[in-house]
Amino acid sequence: MSASLGAFEAALEPTLETLTHSPEGRKVLTCMQCGVCAGTCPYGDVMEYPPRRIIGMLRAGVLEKVFTSDSLLNCVACYSCLAKCPRNIRLTEVLLPLVKEQVFLRLPEVPAELHRALQNILRYGNPFGEPPRKRTAWLKTLEIPVRILAEDPRPVDVLWFVECENSYHPRGQDVSRATVRLFRALNVDFAILGNEEKCAGECARLLGETGLFDTLTDYNMAIFTKYRFDRLVTSGTHAYDAFKYHYPSSGFRYPVEHTMTFLAGLLDRLKPLLTRRLNYTVAYHDSCCLGRHNGFYEEPRRLLQAIPGIRLVEMVHNRVNAICCGGGGGGMWMDTYYKAKGYERLSDRRVREAAASGADVLAISCPYELARFEDSLKVLGLDGKMVVRDINELLAESMEVS
Amino acid sequence: MHFLVVFRMVPDVVEELEVAPGGKSLETEYLRMIASESDDHALEEALLLKERHGGSVTVVAADAPELDDALFSALAKGADRVVKITGAEFGLSTSRMAGIVAATIRHTPGLLPADLILTGTQAIDDLDGLIAPLLGFHLGLPSLGIVTSVECQPACGAAVVTREFPDGVRGQFEIPLPAVLGVQAAEKPPRYVPVAKVRAAMKSGRIEEVPAPEPAVAPSLEIVRMSKPVPLSHAEMLEGDPEMAAAELCKMLAGRGLL
Repeated sequence: MSASLGAFEAALEPTLETLTHSPEGRKVLTCMQCGVCAGTCPYGDVMEYPPRRIIGMLRAGVLEKVFTSDSLLNCVACYSCLAKCPRNIRLTEVLLPLVKEQVFLRLPEVPAELHRALQNILRYGNPFGEPPRKRTAWLKTLEIPVRILAEDPRPVDVLWFVECENSYHPRGQDVSRATVRLFRALNVDFAILGNEEKCAGECARLLGETGLFDTLTDYNMAIFTKYRFDRLVTSGTHAYDAFKYHYPSSGFRYPVEHTMTFLAGLLDRLKPLLTRRLNYTVAYHDSCCLGRHNGFYEEPRRLLQAIPGIRLVEMVHNRVNAICCGGGGGGMWMDTYYKAKGYERLSDRRVREAAASGADVLAISCPYELARFEDSLKVLGLDGKMVVRDINELLAESMEVS
Repeated sequence: MHFLVVFRMVPDVVEELEVAPGGKSLETEYLRMIASESDDHALEEALLLKERHGGSVTVVAADAPELDDALFSALAKGADRVVKITGAEFGLSTSRMAGIVAATIRHTPGLLPADLILTGTQAIDDLDGLIAPLLGFHLGLPSLGIVTSVECQPACGAAVVTREFPDGVRGQFEIPLPAVLGVQAAEKPPRYVPVAKVRAAMKSGRIEEVPAPEPAVAPSLEIVRMSKPVPLSHAEMLEGDPEMAAAELCKMLAGRGLL
C-alpha cells in the first residue's frame, strides 16, 4: 500500500509545466526582484543567470535560455537563496531542481570529474569508484564489533546509514569509528546495512541527475524493506535531507535523524561520559543542510559546549550566514571544473575565515567538509595551525580515559 | 551510413579479481562484467560519425552478465539498434568470439551492408588486440587498429584514419569502405548519459536476441594456470628532510642513467 501511496505523492510533485499552478510555484511569481538571492549566492557573481534572473526568465516565458547555460552547474545547493528570500520563496526546493534537471539533460559535455563520480555512484554506489565489497573495510580497524543486518537480520532500533564519505574516506572512517564508540557508550541498539548500502543520492538529485537519484531510491528502498528497524540515523547531511524530504514519496516511513542531532538528543546521558578535558578553541562550521535547510544551529553548539575545556568562538559568517564549503549539489566533484574557470574554491574562503577566528580546531558535522577543509588548510599553508574535527571525533576524544 | 559497433563484456577490475580453485579461471562469486573501455570509445566514435554523416548505429555483443545494462545505455546514448547474441558459452576466447560475432553479422538481417565496423582496439582479456583483425578476416574486410580518429569520405568510398604508433608518432591511412576498425580512443571522451534516459530506454527500448550461430571450430589457447602477480620488491622510502631526500633521489636517478 505504501508503494502506491508513494507513486501518488510523486505524481503530485510539480513539473515545470504545472509549477505555476502549485502553491509553492505561485509563490515564485510573487518575487519582487530584490536580488538578495543573487547577492547571497556564493557563486552568484559568476553566473550568467543568478537566481533572480532565473525567476525573471520564468516570468517572461523565456526560461529555455537558462537550460543551455552552465549557470546552474555553479549552484552548490547551499540553501542561501532559500534562507534569505524576503518573500520566503523556497527556490532550492521548487524552481531550481526543475531547471537544473533540464540543464543537466542538455549539457553538451558533463565535466570529466563529475562524469566519473556519477558513473561510479551508479555502478558502485559510491562516488570514489571503490568496490562495494569494501564499504565496511573500516570496521576491521575497530575494536568494537558492529552488527551488519545482512549477517544478523534481527529487528533493531536504529539503522545507522553510514553513507559514502564516512565509509570510504580515511578521515571519514575516523569519524565512523568515533561514532561507534559513542553509540556503544550510550547503549544504542544499532546496526548498519554494510556492503548492501549505496549512496542515498541526494547530491545527484540536487545536481539535476534525477534518474540517478530515482535508481538509488529504488535500490535503497528495496534494501530497507528486507529489515525491521524503528528509525534511521545517518552520518550524511545530504542523506538526511534525502530520507527526510524525498524518500517519503517512495514510501519511506521511518523517523530520520542525523548523527549530530541524534547525539544532541542524548546529551543528558552523554555529558557525564565526557570526562577528558580538551583545551581547544573551536569554531563550528554550520553545514548548509543541517543549518540553513533544517535550522539545527544550537544542537551542535550544545554538544561542543558539553565537552570540558572547549572554548567556542564564532566565525564572522555563522549560522544562517555560514559560507558553504562548496561540496553540495555535485560541487564535491566539480573542483577541477571551477578551477579551470578560475573560481575561488569556497572551502578556501571558509578556512581563511576559520583561521581568522582564532580557533585551533574547526569543528564540522557534514562529511564533505572534512576532506574539503583539510585540503584547503594544505592549499592555504595553514596545515598544522588548525585541524578539522567532526563533532563526533571531539566527543569520542573527550570520552577517552586521560 | 551504417555503423556497426561490437561490444565485449570484460571483468570489472574495480572488484578485486580472485583466481578460482583449480587455478584456471576467475572466481565468479564477486565477478562483475563491464563493457570494455575501448569499446565505449568505439561507440562514441560511431555516434560522432553518425552525427556528422547521418545514418544509424547498431551495437552487437555476445551475451554476458550485465550486458543488458550496457546495451540500454548504448540505446540511451543514441544507438538505433542493439543485438544480443545468446546461447554461446560464457568466457569466450577472442578467436571464438570473433567467429561467432562475424557469423551473426553475416546472418542477421539488416546488419550488413555496414560502412564501418568499429570495436575497441584491445580489451583487458585481449591485450594482443586480435578482435578487429579477426573480424576483418572472417568478414573478408580490411582492418586497422589503434585508431584515434576517423574521417569518412562516403563519396569516394573510403575513410582517412589516424592510427597511433609508439613514441608519439601518428600515421594517417586511407582505408576502403567497408572496413573494421579497432578504436583506441574516440575524438572526444565517451559521453555521459543521464540515468533518466537509460531508464527510459529500459522501458521503451528493445534488445534483439539472436541465437549464436553454430561456431566453426576455431583454434584457441588453453589456459594452463592463472595466478596473481607476486610483488618482488617494494617501494623504497627516502627518509630525512626534503633536501636530503631530493639529493638522494637525484643520486639514484643519475646512477641509473636517468639524469
